[in-house]
Parts: sequence; C-alpha cells; structure tokens
Amino acid sequence: MTALPFSLPVATLAAALKGTRTALSGALGTRLFLAGITLALTILLLPKAIADPGFFLQIVIYGTADGAIFALIALGYTMVYGIIELINFAHGDIFTLGYFLAIPLIAAFGLTEGSSVSIGMVVVLVVVTAIVMVVDGGINVVIERVAYRPLRSAPRLAILITAVGVSFILEGVMYVWQGANNVHFPDLLPDTRIPLFGASLGVKDIVVIVSALLLVILLNVFINGTKLGKAMRATAQDREAAQLMGININRTIAATFFIGAALAAAGGIIFGLYFNNIRFDEGFIAGLFAFTAAVFGGIGNIQGAALGGLFIGLVQAFSNSYYQAALTDVWIFAILILVLVFRPAGLLGMQVPEK
Amino acid sequence: MSRPLPRNDRAMRWAMGTFKDRNRTIYTLLVIGVLLWPSIADVTTGGSGNHLVSTAADAGIYVLLAIGLNVVVGFAGLLDLGYAAFFAIGAYTYGLLASGQLSGSPLHHEFHLPFWVLILVAMFVAAAFGAILGAPTLRLRGDYLAIVTLGFGEIVPRVFRFLGAGSPIGNWTGGVNGISAIDSPHLPAFISGPWFGTSIQVVSPFDFSDSNWAPMDYYWLIILLVAICIVLVTNLYNSRLGRAWMAVREDEVAAAASGINTVAIKLLAFSIGASFAGFAGCYYGAKLSLVSSENFEFIVSVSILIMVVLGGMGNIPGVIVGALTIYIVQFFVLTNLPDYAVALSNLVGLGFLNQSSPGWVGLHDEVQRLNYIVFGLILVVVMLLRPQGLFPSRIREQELEKGTAEEAVFDVREATD
Repeated sequence: MTALPFSLPVATLAAALKGTRTALSGALGTRLFLAGITLALTILLLPKAIADPGFFLQIVIYGTADGAIFALIALGYTMVYGIIELINFAHGDIFTLGYFLAIPLIAAFGLTEGSSVSIGMVVVLVVVTAIVMVVDGGINVVIERVAYRPLRSAPRLAILITAVGVSFILEGVMYVWQGANNVHFPDLLPDTRIPLFGASLGVKDIVVIVSALLLVILLNVFINGTKLGKAMRATAQDREAAQLMGININRTIAATFFIGAALAAAGGIIFGLYFNNIRFDEGFIAGLFAFTAAVFGGIGNIQGAALGGLFIGLVQAFSNSYYQAALTDVWIFAILILVLVFRPAGLLGMQVPEK
Repeated sequence: MSRPLPRNDRAMRWAMGTFKDRNRTIYTLLVIGVLLWPSIADVTTGGSGNHLVSTAADAGIYVLLAIGLNVVVGFAGLLDLGYAAFFAIGAYTYGLLASGQLSGSPLHHEFHLPFWVLILVAMFVAAAFGAILGAPTLRLRGDYLAIVTLGFGEIVPRVFRFLGAGSPIGNWTGGVNGISAIDSPHLPAFISGPWFGTSIQVVSPFDFSDSNWAPMDYYWLIILLVAICIVLVTNLYNSRLGRAWMAVREDEVAAAASGINTVAIKLLAFSIGASFAGFAGCYYGAKLSLVSSENFEFIVSVSILIMVVLGGMGNIPGVIVGALTIYIVQFFVLTNLPDYAVALSNLVGLGFLNQSSPGWVGLHDEVQRLNYIVFGLILVVVMLLRPQGLFPSRIREQELEKGTAEEAVFDVREATD
C-alpha cells in the first residue's frame, strides 16, 4: 500500500508524533509532561492570579469542588477499564441515575427544601446516599451481567456498541420518567460562606470536597487492604493467571461494576446537593469529562483518576471564569485528544502493569 | 459445468439467482422501489406527493451516511462515534462557500462556488479532517478511537456554534442561527420532462430549487449520488484495500505480519468514511438551504451507527435497508406512535391514560419520549442476539458468531465457570 497518495505526509506526521511520544514516555517523560503542563498553566493563569488573587482562589475552590465530583465518576471509569478494558459509556448515565433515584427517597424521608440543618438531616442524607449507592450499584451489576458479560469473548466492537446502547436506554428511562427539562434536587445544605483570603469557602464546597475525599480514601483502603480488592488488582493485571489462582473472575468483575456505580451514585447525590439541577442527558457529557480525567491520570490507575478529576475540574473552572465558557468543553476534549496522542499512559500511567 | 451456458439459460440463471442471492434481491427491490416511489407517493396522497418525495430524498442522505460509516465500522472494524462531525464539516464547507455568509466575516467577500465543485471539495475537507484526527489515534488501541471520535463529535458543533457573531475572530459560521439562504445547485441546461412531472422541455439554466420540479430533482440527484457511492464502495470492498481492511479487522497482528501497513489501512478506512459524510453533508446543505450546528449532535452519530449495526455491519445492501428502516422508525413510527397510542387507549377504554397528572404527562407525551429507549434497545438487542445484523455479509457473520481466534481463550474460561 505504498502508492497511496497521502501516505508520505502521513508517514512524516506519524514519525514526528512517534518521536514526541517516545520522548514523553519513561521517567524523564513524566517530568517533561509535568513540566509542560505546569508551563502552560503558569503562562495562562499567573498574570490573572497576580491581578486578582482573591478571585483566583475563589475559582480554585469552585474548581476543586467540581473536580471532586468528576473524580468520583472517573474512579468507576478507570476501575472498569482497568479490569475489562471497556470504555463504559453508560457510566455517566449511572451518575445521573443516582441523582434521579435520590430525589424521591429524600422526599420519602420527609426532607424538603428549607428544612433546618440538624443531625437528623445528616443521618437521613447518609442513609439515602447508602441506599442509592446500593441500588445504583445493583443496576450496574445487572447491566454488566446482561449486556457486557455475554460479549466478553466477542470482538471488541460489539461490547462498545452495547455500552452506547445501554447509555441510551438509561437516558431513555430517565427521560420517560422526568421529561426533557432540568430536574430539581432539593437544596438542603445552607448557603453559609466563610471568608478566606479575599475569597469565600461555602459549607457546600466543604461538604463536597470532604465527602469525595472520604470516599476516595475508603476506596483506596478497600482496594489495597481487602481480599476482594486484591482480587480486583490481580484480575486487572492478568485475568488468566488470576483465574488459575482460584479467583472468581465473574464475581470480581461484578464487584468492580458495583463499586464504580456506587461511587458514581454518590457523585450524583453530591452533585445534586451542590448544583441542584441536571437534565437527563447531561450525565453523558459529565461522563466524558470524567473519562478525560481518567485518561489524564492514567487509565486503570485509582490515584490517577482522582488527580485527573481534580485537574479537569480546575480546568473547567478556570476556562469558565477567565476564558470563553462556550469553549470549555472544547478545551477538555482537546486535552483528552492531546494526552491520548502524546502520552497515552497518562500522568501516573507508569504504575500500571503493561497489558 | 465448465461448458458455457447458452444465452437464454444465462438470462434465466441471472433471474433465478436474483431470488437466491439475498443481496441481489435487496438491490432489485430497492431499484423497483426507487423507480416507483414518486408514483406511489402521488397515488397515496392524491396528487400531492411532493412531501413524501422530499422525505425520501432526506432518507437518501442517511443511506449515504450509513454507507460511509459502514466503511469504518463494517469493513475496518473501527468504532467511530463522532461521524456527525464529518457530516457537519461537509455541510458547513458547502454553506460557507456557496452563500453570502462570508461577506460578514473578516474576509469581507462572499463565495458562490458551484455545487458540483464543492461536493468534491467537501469530500476532501472531511477526509482531511478524518486523516488529521485518525493519524495520531489509530496507532493506539482500537477503543481509544471511539472516545476520541466521540470527543471530536462533541467539539465540532460547539466550535461552529461558537464562531458566530461576537466570537473573538469574527463571525464565520453564523453561530446559533447557522448559515441560511445557501445556494441551490444549478446546471447550465437540463431537459425537464415527465420524470420531474412536467412536459418535455429544455430548461436553461436549470435551478434545482425551482418549485416546478423542486423535490423531484433532489430526489433523482440523491439517487444518483447513492448509486455512485454504492459502486465506489462495492469496488473498494472487492479490491486489495477491501481485503486488507478485512484482514486488519479480523486479526491485526496477522495482517501486520503479512505485510499490511495496518495504520495506513485503518487511516484510509477512517478518512474514506469521513469523505462520504462530507459528500452527504454537502448535499444536505444544498437541499435544506440551511445548516445549523444543532443538526449534528451526538444522537445523529448514534442513529447512523444503529443503521449500520441493525442492517448488518460490512454488508452494503444490508446497511441500506438498515438506514431506511431506522429512518422510517425515526420519522414515521416514532412521530406518529403517540397519536396511535392515544387512539388505541381510547378504543380499549383506557382513555384516562391520556390525562396528565403529577408524575405522568399523559400517554401522548410519554410515548413521544420513547425514542431513546427504542434506539438503545436496538443496539443492545442486536449485538446480543444477532450481532451480524439483519442482512449480514457472510464473512462478518462467521467472525461475529465465533469471535476471533485471539480471544478464543475466553470461551474456555466461560465454560469452566
């Protein structure tokens, strides 16, 4: 196929890309990659930060809260990808489903907008979150059993297409249920804000960041400290070998889907408490951003996904506040493409075993 | 059997073969349907079939798109989830270069290039974007392409929407409003006749948007374009390149070992697929005389994917049938279903379903909301129960049923559970 008319420029381009990619892999590459990001951020943000440090800090606070939610979604993406190498397109909709499921439950427990903050409310919220996490996780396990497991041995195209289909079904269910308008989540948390170096830190920001952090720490303890977590890591590393060691692969994969969905559901509720509005199909885009976060951090890597989520949240906040909000999505997808092109292993990808 | 058959026998055998070979049957039925459609439309609507003919021309756009996506998904086995982006690029290429739009841009000059040139330009522009996007990503694992194309498909409409009035670099694309008053295709002269519903006469110059023959000429134009594309793609499929696509799709390592430059092959599939979308986009812009970024959202990409998957990945007649089926489902069944549902519920005495109450918006609107579920179910059910689609190519059927050799290990594992 050497006679193709555009094979020469393409070959040149490809060679140049390969060179850059080689330069960006390895330990030195990690430093180069980090240096590049730091340089870009400094050039883009330093003048603005000096001009108005208070506003800058405010954006960082908002971005961190956003990023905490992205991180929760990204964890599920990265775990599923790590274990069966599937881009689970439905994951963003699992996140929205968590949000949707929580609304009637909160009403059932008698909490309404304007209820005063009390220990009882916190308890109810924790209970609701736990129930939604279990239900959403269960739904994801059923999805895995019905739509993904039978296709595990089929060509990869098949399972990706079903993932898109499942995403559409979930969106369709939420659409039939709640319609095409924004769905309101009861605004339960107080709007109190604490002044902080020219910016202000809201109670909501603290709740979002702390609960996300708590979940990430719990997940880390689970993955590194329990037998099932060990089974997950083993399965992700080498499925056949794990099977030979007596690990029940199907159960481990189902558990991964369960935990990923549970985290996304928690993310959905946190999102609801923070932003109070979502439309049935908005989770899909949030899921894409979260996937970008997972790729940025190094797909398959738990800490990477958390860091990547934070990074994407910050990028979004900075772009919305300092640059064109209309182009925020474009920058984030551009980051996705650039990372995949120049450093597919992502920020922390070096820790992931070679597949 | 080596004795050449007498002429009459050969004709007979061709006719018999038409009913034995599924693909040939489909093509024959399609040709008959295409020829008769204007008459059917007129008869069923009592002489005002223009709307139906115009709808058929719109369906033809989806057939073109499905044929193009089939090259990527069916032939080369790559998942392209941002196909509507290339469609948008083709439509905007035509819109920008064949309307007054650019007079308001920093160029201060409007272009009115002819359709017949721009349809080729649109193809090449879309193919170039395909190559630019594909070159870096096709070296990676196959599923990364899915997510990158998905990202690209989200970016392109947003960029077009952003580059309107008030963007820092001037008004290029008309932003939210899109580009309107796009030129219609022209011919220096053409013979009008019963095929356009007029008496035979030489028309010069011939304007496609003239209401004397308006939807009919667009109808025959899209039929011509689809026919050209079918010939092109069939030849590609039977060429060395087509065999290389098949080899790469079935076993990339083995293909590379046999001397196929897998990246170049996949890149070609990707940009040829994109060029068909550019082709379709150009026609779309010309027929509608309007392009707007909201017509190229993710759901368009998914609809086209569903057409390919349902029809039978890799099989051109199957994909055409898939495209027509989904188009009918989308624009006739799903739009009329709410009314039918209401009528049915009144008939069987469940009329109270039509009233809206809290948590229930009435049967009509609830049924209207079913399209996402229907689309999703088609994708999942087809992939689970009949991954080769309704009318599969024979090779793809075997492959999808058995799985590839590399992953056969997984079957063993499933059996041991």
